[in-house]
Amino acid sequence: MKISIASGKGGTGKTTLAVNLAAYLALEHDVILADLDVEEPNSGLFIHGNKTYEQAVYRMIPEWDSEKCSLCSLCTEVCAFHAISRVHDDILVFPQLCHSCYACSELCPVNALPMVQKKIGTLKQFESGKLTLIESILDIGEEQAVPLIKQAIQFADESFPEETIRIFDAPPGTSCPMVEAVKHADKVILITEPTPVGLYDLQLAVETLQALQKAFVVVLNRYDIGNSHISEFCRDKQIPLIATIPNQRKIAECYSRGELLYHTIPEVKFALDQILEYFHIPLQAS
Amino acid sequence: MKEIVIISGKGGTGKTSITASFAVLGGNAVITADCDVDASDMHVFMQPQPYYTADFYSGQYASIDQDLCINCGKCKDVCHFDAVRVISGRYSIDKMDCEGCGYCTRICPAHAIRNINNHVGWWYISKIKTSSKMVHARMKAGAENSGKLVAKVKNTAREIAETEEKPFVLIDGSPGIGCPVISSLSGADYVILVSEPTVSGLHDLKRVYDLVQKFKIPVGCIINKADINRENRDKIVMFLHENRIDHLTDLPYDLTFTKAMIEGKSIVEYDNNILMKILNDTWKTLIKKLNYPE
Repeated sequence: MKISIASGKGGTGKTTLAVNLAAYLALEHDVILADLDVEEPNSGLFIHGNKTYEQAVYRMIPEWDSEKCSLCSLCTEVCAFHAISRVHDDILVFPQLCHSCYACSELCPVNALPMVQKKIGTLKQFESGKLTLIESILDIGEEQAVPLIKQAIQFADESFPEETIRIFDAPPGTSCPMVEAVKHADKVILITEPTPVGLYDLQLAVETLQALQKAFVVVLNRYDIGNSHISEFCRDKQIPLIATIPNQRKIAECYSRGELLYHTIPEVKFALDQILEYFHIPLQAS
Repeated sequence: MKEIVIISGKGGTGKTSITASFAVLGGNAVITADCDVDASDMHVFMQPQPYYTADFYSGQYASIDQDLCINCGKCKDVCHFDAVRVISGRYSIDKMDCEGCGYCTRICPAHAIRNINNHVGWWYISKIKTSSKMVHARMKAGAENSGKLVAKVKNTAREIAETEEKPFVLIDGSPGIGCPVISSLSGADYVILVSEPTVSGLHDLKRVYDLVQKFKIPVGCIINKADINRENRDKIVMFLHENRIDHLTDLPYDLTFTKAMIEGKSIVEYDNNILMKILNDTWKTLIKKLNYPE
């Protein structure tokens, strides 16, 4: 079972839901929580485990070999991203623009642009009981989150048995990083709040998931602060609204200290139970 | 003309509510740019009336002409994005996975692949309720390349401000530290970081500040929900002091943020004297820092 937790808008409670759901499930099940919000990963602030693995993550970029180059300029013509240009008798590569498509490298008639590794981030693995946290963090100044997200998912797939429950904490928004973080999931939980901004961003996320033909459900956070437009929207579109979490200053305070909520806030435990019931995942503790 | 960018690293810290308040306080002196094109929300507060709409194209995607395809599979061999699908023995390209590099198009022996310009969204110039203007955009679901759309929105706002001799461009940026944020920072005169005293808020503030530092732009910080955790609030203040970041103000945890939004108002238009006064003073401090007479 792979569940992605996403939202159009930031700050609606993705990480809160992901860490609590994962830790709660891990009371009895083997669970992997992969934090795919690689630009600002926060799950590790709530899950305190022992670090069991760490590796650098790379993507491939071309490197110019001036000795071999015949200055035919084919590479500059081939590159759709303007990541290579010729200045007099030099070929310049702009790594930030490169999408690692290999076209320049593989089409170069004299092999003058071999692909080399460029570090873009770090992947770490932590263990706490039955819970494994995979955290990927993008290096500051790197623009492309997608290659790192891809590799984190691949790492989770290759390192753990298939039956392990996987929870992906997706980045906010609806563009390429979010798409990458939801497209491998069996089901997506969209978490939102009952405000005009929450509704607008939910609509964008719903359109994105429909375009990807993904099954999804909604969890409504701070359900008691706003209006009823989200529940009406879900009803009209026949989207299951599977759980609600109230607005409480105490939740904000516990969150601010990096604490998990399901032991101390009964309403959060209740919401998690509703989610597990929906997914037919049994838990004695519930 | 001065360009002020408001970002937060972490989402949901109140960035857009605060930007909307400054847009209202600045009134006619401000051209607003909603550069959070992934989840553009300024329209909720500013009630824009678009008078100019344009399509935005960015990059390309490949498409296979089934009549010409000879099923050789070379496209699949060269694609590094796993975008080529084989369905019932026929090759096709999944638009969502295609990065538009054009490699397959170039090597296809049957010339059966074409590159098609990618329509990623729309951008608008609108009249807003302050009687000034806002540039904003809407990205199509799951579209790519939001960095380029950010640049389009921002540059258009800048051009309008220059033509109309407006003193300020106010930019609502996106969360994170990746390509849309980098794109919104280039050329800015002042950056406001909106943070909150949570473990995540502090963590994300440090990362986004590391990014901003690379641009060598003066930075200020607003700590929202400052009273939910005094200890973390003090840690943020310490961090600001150590890095010579202007501590612009603290805002209390207050449901006015939500209540005002539900009515389509910015905080300063809602009946809450405390927040209104703080934000008004903050705006004055800010424009003074940018050498603009009150």
